[in-house]
Formats: sequence, structure tokens, C-alpha cells
Amino acid sequence: MNVLSEKLLGGKQGAVGLAILALLLFVVFPLWLDLFRLGLLGKYVTYAFVAISLVLLWGNGGILSLGQGMFFGLGGYCMAMFLKLEASDPVSTKIQSTPGIPDFMDWNQLTAIPFFWQPFKSLPLTLLLVLLVPTTLAFIIGFAMFKRRVGGVYFAIITQAIALILSILIVGQQGYTGGVNGITDLKTMLGWDIRTDSAKYILYFTNAGLLIGCMLLARYILTSKFGMLLLAMRDKEERVRFSGYDVSNFKIFIFCVAAMISAIGGAMFTLQIGFMSPSFVGIVPSIEMVIFAAVGGRMSLIGAVYGTLLVNFGKTMFSETYPELWLFLMGGLFIAVVMFFPDGLAGVYQKYADKFNLGGLAAKYFSKFTQWVPKNSGGKL
Amino acid sequence: MSNTDFVLAIEDLTVSFDGFKAVDALSMYIDNNELRVVIGPNGAGKTTVLDLICGKTKSTSGSIKFKNKELTKLSEHEIVRAGVGRKFQTPSIYENLTVYQNLEVSYPVGRTVWGSLTFKRTAALSEQVRKIAAEVLLTEFLQMEAALLSHGQKQWLEIGMLLMQDPELLMLDEPVAGMSAKERDQTAELLNRICKNRSVLVIEHDMEFVKKIAHKVTVLHQGKILAEGSMDKVQLDEKVIEVYLGH
Repeated sequence: MNVLSEKLLGGKQGAVGLAILALLLFVVFPLWLDLFRLGLLGKYVTYAFVAISLVLLWGNGGILSLGQGMFFGLGGYCMAMFLKLEASDPVSTKIQSTPGIPDFMDWNQLTAIPFFWQPFKSLPLTLLLVLLVPTTLAFIIGFAMFKRRVGGVYFAIITQAIALILSILIVGQQGYTGGVNGITDLKTMLGWDIRTDSAKYILYFTNAGLLIGCMLLARYILTSKFGMLLLAMRDKEERVRFSGYDVSNFKIFIFCVAAMISAIGGAMFTLQIGFMSPSFVGIVPSIEMVIFAAVGGRMSLIGAVYGTLLVNFGKTMFSETYPELWLFLMGGLFIAVVMFFPDGLAGVYQKYADKFNLGGLAAKYFSKFTQWVPKNSGGKL
Repeated sequence: MSNTDFVLAIEDLTVSFDGFKAVDALSMYIDNNELRVVIGPNGAGKTTVLDLICGKTKSTSGSIKFKNKELTKLSEHEIVRAGVGRKFQTPSIYENLTVYQNLEVSYPVGRTVWGSLTFKRTAALSEQVRKIAAEVLLTEFLQMEAALLSHGQKQWLEIGMLLMQDPELLMLDEPVAGMSAKERDQTAELLNRICKNRSVLVIEHDMEFVKKIAHKVTVLHQGKILAEGSMDKVQLDEKVIEVYLGH
């Protein structure tokens, strides 16, 4: 049990970091922010899923994917398709020429629900597909690329091209996908109205809980031998191959895990914001996600989450006042981080934490805290 | 091709790069517990032979049999798993990991995706790491980041990483390049120790070093074998003196 908790939490220092993040997400922000701001935060937290997937893939594995947006988007679309079908019951769509199908299908002269929409009538099947569709796509891309030993900048460019193709495909197939507007007017999930205040709170907490869960999963992977192999492959891929490992399998696996984590973020985005559109699939969001991870620190799961939240709050504040300057600022920020703080915020923190021994202090208080937890709680916090 | 008692039997091996034959109808046999050194001028095809054996380069024709198992059809990791380890010319270690982790990564357990996720650090592993670290003189540096090691220590670490896998055939490409005289002596002792229960194939230029370790020497020239035999015999060979050793 001790070994497992060590693995999941990454030692005392890691546990402290995670506990602080959980405290912020579960207690401080919900008490401090009004529902509108909390909704924004919830949206940013969904991007943080992608940022931690990039910590696994890019920071630790050295595999830069410039197409994570497509997995986020696919997860979101799968969820949106379920919600859209539920919102398109014959009663509320009775003014359409074909009642009972989504409105955009009706506008595009479709008269029946296409076959690939059928599975999304069932919620369990939808939840499964939220995870499986993006992961399967990642497996196909990963298998085709990594078995042929395509890597580095070529892999980045190819993922970017695929993200672009996917977004163009979604825009082009308006009758099947809702086109450039995306899938909108989502209302209920199994009759539960997702637009009410209480639903927003519940979804926010579910989202935060899932993020912490994904971080624990990522922690487990990084602290296992697999995590060490990721670093080794990033350093000297040939040496790993000539130590008896089939490098491509490891890369395919981590690419699939990263896709799955991104997809969970996408599905939670749809639930909280109430729509999904191709603008979350293409190149721009994919690159923005990389910037979030880079600013926060591409080696640090916790850093990447803070990076995502900070950059997005910055974006909201600056783009309200200086909308035309924001993109330049974002570009400048990325260049500055790459040039001066290659390990991002987490790297800066680590530097000063070492200087003032913050980690030691935190661990000291943490051990006091764990002493204070009653013995019969089994050490669980 | 018939089976043999040799650990490694290379027969009629040829590789051609756009018509240039880097290795040309080469045949070579290595015995159990033998330490063989391959020497030859630049461009003789020494490194290419190692690349062919470990699967980095695919042969055009011919056969490489390791314990009577054909290697030319296997992929790199399968060749390693069969029991062939290879050290590269420039030290090829994981600079961002500690010496201990470098050795741990090379431990031949948990080599699949699932195996590595569920891998448990056992007492046998730490014992093996410590044993090998002592062997390659790195015991005091186990917790040090590998990037901070000296050049010679990096070479030893890579040899140690191969020893972790306990290969039956160990191939070393210029193991003493860039080492001080003292380190060369220590490496010679190390190689003489580790070839006790395995076969070792070394590429080297330093003749003093070769004399200290070689059981048998193969001289390559333009992808072909020029001479083969004991160091003393090879040194007196007219052709070898002509193309490589000089008068």
C-alpha cells in the first residue's frame, strides 16, 4: 500500500503539491469565484487535461504532438452527439420537415439519422466511445508513424496536418457534423438539465475530480519503469532499442494514453459549455495547448495545470481589453518561455524552492498534518 | 547452411550501399568464451559488421548465425533478447538519468509495455545493479546524474548497461577511445574479467590495448578479411603491415 501511494503521489513533495491543487480546485475557487467565473475556470480545467497529456507525451517522452486538439475535439464531439440526439426528440423538433433528427441534419435535407450516429443513442456506449474513438485514431496514427520510425519534427508536422484535415472534414460534412457551427443547443443528459446552476456545480466538481484522477494515472505511469523508459527514449532512442525494447510499442501506448486523457477533457468541455465546434479540433487550439504545457512546465504535471489556468485567465483579461494584441503576447510568451525558462513555471519554482528549501518546509508541515490525521483512518486523507 | 558449434558464425555476408560493397563476402567464426578483436584501416567495414550483426543495418546477402539462430531476419530488439549486446562508438547512455537508473533500465525484466508498467523493483535487481556497478568501477557514483561522469566512466557505464543484460555475445565498438592510459589498463582488466563466461567482439585501433586483450585478431580491409590469427602472427603478416600497421 505504501509503495502504491508513493507511486501515485510521487513522494511527500508530490503529495503536497497535489493536495494544494485539489484544495484550490475543490474549496478555494468554488468559494471565491462567482458561477460565471467558475464556469470559465471549469473550461480551462478541461484544457488542463490536454496539458497533462502533453507532459506525458512531449515533456517525458520527447514526442511533440501538434494535434492533441483532435483528440480533445473527438471526445467532445462524441459527448455532443449523445446530447444532441437527446435534445432532438420529436416533440421539440416538430417544426422540422423530419422531426426527431438534429436540426442541422434537417437543414441539410437529411431524413434519417446516419448509421454512425446510432451508437450515441445510448449513454454507456457514448461514454465508452468518448474514450475509444480518440484512442483508436491515436493507435492508427501511432502505429503508422512509430513502426516506420517517424519521429521528431516530422511527427509534429504530420499530427498537425491530420488535425487540420479532421477540422476541414468536420466543417465540410455539415449535414453529419453540424459544420462550422458545431453541435449546439445541448440541453439534457438522461433528462437531467445540464444548464442549471446546480448542474454546473456538479459538472465542475466532476471535472476537477477527473482531472485529479488523470493526474494520478499519469503519475503512476511516470514513476513506473515505463516512465523511466520514456526519459531514456527521449535521451537515446537507439540505446533503448539495443537494450531489447520495442521502442515503437512504448510510443504507441503513451500516444494512446495521451489521446484518451485529452478526450476526457473534451467530453467535459461539451458538458460544461454546452456545445462543441471544429474550432477546438484544428491547428490553433492544438498549438495553444502546447503553449499551456510549455508555460507551466512540460516536465511537471502540476505545473502544466497551473500553466493552463494562468495563460487562460491572462487570455480572458487581456483579450477583453486588447483583443488585437493578445495573439502577439501569446507568441511572445511562448518564445520567452522556450528561451529563458525551458522548464516553465515549474522549473522556476523548483529553482527557488531549492534555494529556500520550500520542499523541505512543505514536507515538514505535511508530516505534522499526517500525524494529526487519526490513525484509524488508515492513512487516507 | 549447416549448424556449427560456434557462438557466432558469419558466412558469405555482403552489404552493398548503392553498389559500394562495405562488407564483401565476409566469413568469420567466433568461439565460446573467445575475445576477438577486429582491426583495420578507416573504412574497412568494421563498424558495419557490428551494425549487421545487431540488426542496425540489413544485409544484402549472406547469413549471420548466433547459436545456430539466424539473425538477419530478426529486428533489433529480438536480436538483443536472443543474447547479443552492443556498445556504440560514442558513449551512448541516458544523460538525464542517474547511474543507478541507467543500469536499472537495462535490466532484462519488464521489457514489454505491460511488463514495464507493472515492474516491481526487487532485491535481485538492486543486488545486480550493485554487482555490475562494482564491476565497472562506478559504485561511488550510483546516485550521480550520468551526464556528470567523465568520458571514460561513461564508456564503462555503457559496458555495465550491457552486462546487466548478461549477453552471451558482447560487441564493443572502440571501448577505450578517448581514455587515459590508466583507464585503458583498467578497461583491459575489465574485458579480461568479463569474457570468462561469454564471447566478446571488440573493434579497436590502439594496438597496445589490442595486445593486452585479444585472443585472436581479425584484420579487415575493404570489407574483406586480410588476415586472421594470433596477434603475433598478424603483426608479421606482410599484407597487414602494408595496408594498416605500416613499416
